[in-house]
Amino acid sequence: MIALPSLVLLPAAGGLAAWLSDRGPPARHLPWWIAIATILSQTLLLLFVTCTAGWSSGPWLAHFSMPWIPALGIAARMDMDGLSLVLLWLTTILSFPCVILSARDVGERPGLFHLLLLATIAGINGVFLATDLFLFFFFWELMLVPMYVLILQWGHEDRRRAAIKFFLFTQGSGLLMLVAILGLVILHQHATGVVTFDYFALADTPLMPTAAMVLMLGFFIAFAVKLPVVPLHVWLPDTHTQAPTAGSVLLAGILLKTGGYGLIRFVVLQFPDATARFTPVALAMGAAGILYGAWLSLAQDDMKRLIAYSSVSHLGFVLLGVFSGSAMGMRGAVVQMVAHGLSTGALFVIAGSLQDRLHTRDMRRMGGLWQALPHLSSIGLFFAIASLGLPGMGNFVGEFLVLLATWRISPPIAILGAAGLVLSAVYSLTMVGRAFLGSPHAGQDTDQTPPPADFGARQMTVLGLTMALLLVLGTYPQPVLDLSLPATPHAAPEMEAIHP
Amino acid sequence: MDALLLPLIVACPLLAAGLLFMSAGRMPPLPTCVIGAGSVGLSALMAAMLATGFLRTPPPAGALHATLWSWMQVEGFNTRIAFTLDPLSLVMMLVVTGVGFLIQLYAYGYMHDDPGIARFFGCMTLFVAAMLVLVFSSDLLSLYIGWEGVGICSYLLIGFWHTDTANVAAARKAFIVTRIGDAALLCGLLLLATRAGTLDIPALLHIAATRPADLSAETAAFLLLGGAVAKSAQVPLQTWLPDAMAGPTPVSALIHAATMVTAGVYLIARLHPLFASVPAAMTAVTIIGLVTLLLAAGSALVQTDIKRILAYSTMSQIGYMFLALGAGAWQAAIFHLVTHAFFKALLFMAAGAIILRVHHRQDIYQMGGLARAMPGVFVAFLAGAAALAGLPLLTAGFYSKEMILQGAWHAAPLLWAGALLGAFATAIYIFRCLFIVFFGTRHTEPHGRTGATMAMPLACLAVLALTGGWMEMPDAIAPVHLLSHLLSPLFGAPMPEGPTWLLWAGSLVPLAGVGVAWLLWRPRIQTRAPPEDALARLARAGWDFDTLYDVLIIHPFVTLGRLNQTDICDRLSNATAATARAGGRMLGRMQSGQVRRYAGWIAAGTVVALCLGARP
Repeated sequence: MIALPSLVLLPAAGGLAAWLSDRGPPARHLPWWIAIATILSQTLLLLFVTCTAGWSSGPWLAHFSMPWIPALGIAARMDMDGLSLVLLWLTTILSFPCVILSARDVGERPGLFHLLLLATIAGINGVFLATDLFLFFFFWELMLVPMYVLILQWGHEDRRRAAIKFFLFTQGSGLLMLVAILGLVILHQHATGVVTFDYFALADTPLMPTAAMVLMLGFFIAFAVKLPVVPLHVWLPDTHTQAPTAGSVLLAGILLKTGGYGLIRFVVLQFPDATARFTPVALAMGAAGILYGAWLSLAQDDMKRLIAYSSVSHLGFVLLGVFSGSAMGMRGAVVQMVAHGLSTGALFVIAGSLQDRLHTRDMRRMGGLWQALPHLSSIGLFFAIASLGLPGMGNFVGEFLVLLATWRISPPIAILGAAGLVLSAVYSLTMVGRAFLGSPHAGQDTDQTPPPADFGARQMTVLGLTMALLLVLGTYPQPVLDLSLPATPHAAPEMEAIHP
Repeated sequence: MDALLLPLIVACPLLAAGLLFMSAGRMPPLPTCVIGAGSVGLSALMAAMLATGFLRTPPPAGALHATLWSWMQVEGFNTRIAFTLDPLSLVMMLVVTGVGFLIQLYAYGYMHDDPGIARFFGCMTLFVAAMLVLVFSSDLLSLYIGWEGVGICSYLLIGFWHTDTANVAAARKAFIVTRIGDAALLCGLLLLATRAGTLDIPALLHIAATRPADLSAETAAFLLLGGAVAKSAQVPLQTWLPDAMAGPTPVSALIHAATMVTAGVYLIARLHPLFASVPAAMTAVTIIGLVTLLLAAGSALVQTDIKRILAYSTMSQIGYMFLALGAGAWQAAIFHLVTHAFFKALLFMAAGAIILRVHHRQDIYQMGGLARAMPGVFVAFLAGAAALAGLPLLTAGFYSKEMILQGAWHAAPLLWAGALLGAFATAIYIFRCLFIVFFGTRHTEPHGRTGATMAMPLACLAVLALTGGWMEMPDAIAPVHLLSHLLSPLFGAPMPEGPTWLLWAGSLVPLAGVGVAWLLWRPRIQTRAPPEDALARLARAGWDFDTLYDVLIIHPFVTLGRLNQTDICDRLSNATAATARAGGRMLGRMQSGQVRRYAGWIAAGTVVALCLGARP
């Protein structure tokens, strides 16, 4: 289906158009409008893909294949299953707050900014679709580089250090993955005599247990850095804090999910035996992440750092779910990823809006904002409550299913995870209490300057829709649950469709 | 038709809450109140209709079911949003909507000039909806929605006046402490779901009844008990309730007296076969109840803040309910829950009426002599106090407390003695409060008058606090057993009654308590200062549980977190980077551009190479 590569090409083309539009005579917000048109048409395209997907023909819903470098067995192959579809929708939905709320008044060179933003989105879409490991690696890098430039150019005070840290960590772990991919290809060639980067072919490679473990770890570390897993999370707080708002939303909302997606698609499904042996370690890391992230989150004074550490905590649940070894845990992990994307993305929008208005992220200098900014504060309160996992909102469904699946294999780990829910209440309510409630801070010179502007209709609409989505996900998660089970590589889509 | 009414009763306040939040404070107070109180009133009306229908023609299986939708359906686990109306939820529904409606009416009088009234009524109606979900749910996971939902509403309402940092801290404390219990409850649910593959309450109870209790059933009972203890403010997770009085008084009446805090009692009663099959858990419930009721009554004796007296009294009364549950007197626990909702809501609302008229003062020693200034409020408070003390024959509290005492006697006479001691203390502390507030010399001149919207609910509840107990009487007085008859399909036949002298003891002890209070605090010799010895200070501080937790848990945790604010992992990675940079700089220093130094290095290298080469 040609629509799959279009999902990658469309944002890239839109980004180029936005960039070119900035080079001509200056038009107010023209790149921004082009970006909005791009994500709108991306939504339509994805709607078309969803409607025309082969719902009846098995777990793989759509595919596309085209030879690329035949000599090395590399093809531009894309396949979409329910998991990809869910995450593609998450990407598309989160592009709206990204572009509409935080990219409008970006300052200098808006064209380049929108090009980089849309290029990142294109890379992410590609990551969720590619089933050729070489192509996958290509998209993996494609989403990295523009994000690096975004942070370097438009970030906050300490952006150079944060950008380099981000690049080193993700690039270094990406190299490990490249080595693992090459190793797998070579082993596959030894076993069968065929050089191929095809995911479905490689998944059937007969492997010695040690080799499988080593290769699996190569993939695991790359995705664990991205997810992130404690102790590989250290790039995340700096990067999220220093990135421009749109970058933070994209990073927390979607980019981290590529880690979870990779773990499911390329670790658990590709190396099932090695995964089973690795499970105890992964579960311990997940529980450690939940508790350590939450504990550090509540020690922070910087609002964006607090949210960043809370992400570490939330994504510990994803690791637990993915490695719980059951379909229930996998589904819970996917719901958790979607819900975390929505709630944390929105929290970053709010933190960014506060920084725009108050020129600080330091919660010691906030307080009592409810009087001046009632709309912003109440929305912040809503998403803080969602992020502490109130039942009825998406996060609870994910956390509950993950914990239930974990309980079956290890009750102590599940109890530790449940303890994380107490801590999540502590840091979420601490954030709300320090920023929005209480008496206005003595240092706030509200008398001299005009009071900061509250959220207007544009922000309220977009965030209101996000709230509605979280509520729907929390009360009726069944569609996402049904879709979210990944298709196995052993049930490859029928061959004639792949080689037309 | 009736099954349709069930979700409507929940939907009504839920929609109203949505509407009020959407209005974002742009609606004037009167329509806000009409929507808020009206929706709950409508719910109460539908509840009354449903109840009459239910009582006149009981549904075939003794319960009405309404399955709304399937919530989560995955491999090996299935949960639905489903409501059930059986006698227990019927009683709870009537209390929640009826008392809730009266409190909403009162709240209009109390809050009508507050700028945040839309937020207030929004949270209050949302609370009623969540409480109804809790009560109706026939699946433990959808019960958990209501369970946490009432918790978050409680958080929002305790911190309603959020410009005061103390209120915000109290709200946060209430939520976090109950959340600890919620996490235990969630673990209990995980365990039950793993064991049974479902959280459907009838299915779980069927398993509990048919399968002998094993380790997992015992663990589950204790984990569920943890949730109930935190929600119902029992020892050792009781510390949040006195601080929760920072919220507006209608909130204290609705959430922290009549409904939410009794959710733990409801949970245990709802799952009673599960608890009954685990004797250790039953003993734990009894002991927790007894300890809480005595400790809290002791604290209430020395408080000076009228709302804190009532808060400790609530803890103590819920302790009675736990005692009854632990003794297996399920009907008695529910009966006391109902009468307590009447008289404690009444006491809180009367206290609120006083507080409004004495310039928002809450210290009882600053009041005094108010009986003549506000006779109506005095009568209402007197009715509530009499019911709380359990003065014989006249009051609702007497009958329900008597039933609990009988149950305790059957379980163990020692429990009965403890409960009787508690009843004695109850009568003393509430009449101490009454004498100090209403008699003696006046310390604050009251102003204004109590409006009709506040007086009307007070009058209704005063009548209920006196007559509400007549639905269930000991045989020695009159053979009326409406409530236990209604609940018998669930709980089985009530316990047989003990000897008549128990009844005499239960009637005389509260009277003696009132007498002691009169001797100590009667108008003439009213001591004008609270006792200040060490024991009194300890009791006033709630037996210093707060300090203990601060020192043991909160302080170390926060301090360590602060120390690690910069994240030790991050510092390791930064140290690596710094080492690399320093190494590079060191090597870079060799590239000095000085030919002499280069020549020296070359010479040294040559010498070393020659030495190495010449050695063999």
